Amino acid sequence: MDLTDFLLVLLRVVATFVLLLLVTVLNVWAERKIVADMQNRIGPDRAGPWGILQTVADGLKLFFKEQVNPRKAEMGMFVLAPFLAVIPAFLLFMMVPWGRPIEFADGSTFPLQGADLNIGLLFVLAMSSMAVYAVVLAGWSSGSKYPLLGGVRATAQAISYEAALGLAMVAVVVWMAASGEDGVMTLSLSEIVARQQGTYLGFLPRWNIFPQFGAFLVFFIAAVAETNRAPFDLVEAEQELVGGFHTEYSGMRFAMFFLAEYVNIFSMAALGATLFLGGWNGQIDTLFGWSTPGWLAAILPTVYFLFKTYVIVFMFFWIRATLPRLRYDQLMNLGWKRLIPGAIGWLALTAVVAAFWRFDAPWA
Amino acid sequence: MIETILFFVLAATSLAGAITVIAARNPVHSAMGLLGTLFSLAVIYVVNLAHLVAAVQVIVYAGAVMTLFLFVIMLIGVDKAEERDETLPYQRQLVIGLAVITCGLAIALATGSGFRWTPAAPAAAQAPNGTIENVAEPLFGEWLLAFEATALLLTIAAAGAIALAYFRRGAPEEVAE
Repeated sequence: MDLTDFLLVLLRVVATFVLLLLVTVLNVWAERKIVADMQNRIGPDRAGPWGILQTVADGLKLFFKEQVNPRKAEMGMFVLAPFLAVIPAFLLFMMVPWGRPIEFADGSTFPLQGADLNIGLLFVLAMSSMAVYAVVLAGWSSGSKYPLLGGVRATAQAISYEAALGLAMVAVVVWMAASGEDGVMTLSLSEIVARQQGTYLGFLPRWNIFPQFGAFLVFFIAAVAETNRAPFDLVEAEQELVGGFHTEYSGMRFAMFFLAEYVNIFSMAALGATLFLGGWNGQIDTLFGWSTPGWLAAILPTVYFLFKTYVIVFMFFWIRATLPRLRYDQLMNLGWKRLIPGAIGWLALTAVVAAFWRFDAPWA
Repeated sequence: MIETILFFVLAATSLAGAITVIAARNPVHSAMGLLGTLFSLAVIYVVNLAHLVAAVQVIVYAGAVMTLFLFVIMLIGVDKAEERDETLPYQRQLVIGLAVITCGLAIALATGSGFRWTPAAPAAAQAPNGTIENVAEPLFGEWLLAFEATALLLTIAAAGAIALAYFRRGAPEEVAE
């Protein structure tokens, strides 16, 4: 690897990172505006036009606030936990391709994603299972009872819903294997996007959401639970646990938990868009046979990707404004008695259909 | 070169984690030390281009350590440090003796077998994007029967555990919804 290669890798990692930070700043504002709209409130409207700079103002405020250290806290873990929250959140998005790879004249390509790993999906699962450590450690190290309860809840919730999340992804992988050229499975996210190009029956985009709707439902519910968002926000239930795992956190350390939550929402939504909505594939220009100029054709995939991601992000905000929080036994019942059996059933169905599609019926 | 540096750094962190596991008074610190060791090992696998093994390591053991964490908090209590009373007589002396013997054997084996810090990797091993296929092919081809038998064994174990826990006192109790 020479210097040019190194700089190119650095460039795409930094570009992905900056993209993530920018959309996160926007998302915090967007959520407050959208939820305010749904509840007949105005929402933030002071900082900048339509209050769009509200997040920047809040961030600066948190930056200058005092960081309170509780006397009974385990300081080492207490300081470490916010970092453990942020790092997996950013690493998760590094796997997601957010635009069509740029092709150069000499045939080399520059993929618009942090890294294209052969084990992309497994890496995503690994990172989402690391993310819960932040919540648990924060809850435990605060040395206070409500954060501890939040942390213990996070443990059980994460273990329960990770299984459903993984099973929903497996169904997609099986389906992608059947629809691939050579019938080989792939866990690489760029390959999964590439296999969703084209259309079914000439008009329906070849996106996984149409054949894999059941998997999408399970994935979405599990993703909301994994990001600890309402209606699964039992780890920070205000009415029961004060603030849950971050009760004792203040200033910049609290801001990092907050940042990690919104980065996770966007990452999970981007993952959903990649797995189920065709990623950066778009049909508008090709479907109607328009001749798009070169610069537009280069930008459009990223626009498609962001649009699809924001559809899912909007659904995150929407159900937060709509649904009441689950009770803890309802959470466990939904996870273990509905989602996991449902996901296994869907996976079995997918496997049978995929096998018939790929190898024809055994009696044929 | 960079592999050697990474190896030493990761070896140090995994050893530090391992020492934390046995030396820490607080069981939660022990659990975190175990996590650190497992994570360092995963990064060593990545350095050796075994991406799949690294991912599986993190996914499986991160969940396992999380469960351990929960058990520690639930069973031992939040603030209690472990009691240091030893039940075996001469435990420390025995451990030191065994450690010396193990280290001696390791050094003898390493020096006797022409060990080098940077093994010359064959050129074929440089392909980083084939690990899943390389693992899956023998697993689901040549060793399919053994693999499925293991899966069946694990299912039986899980069912047995549920049966033991659930039917302890004769008939199953009604679970309140």
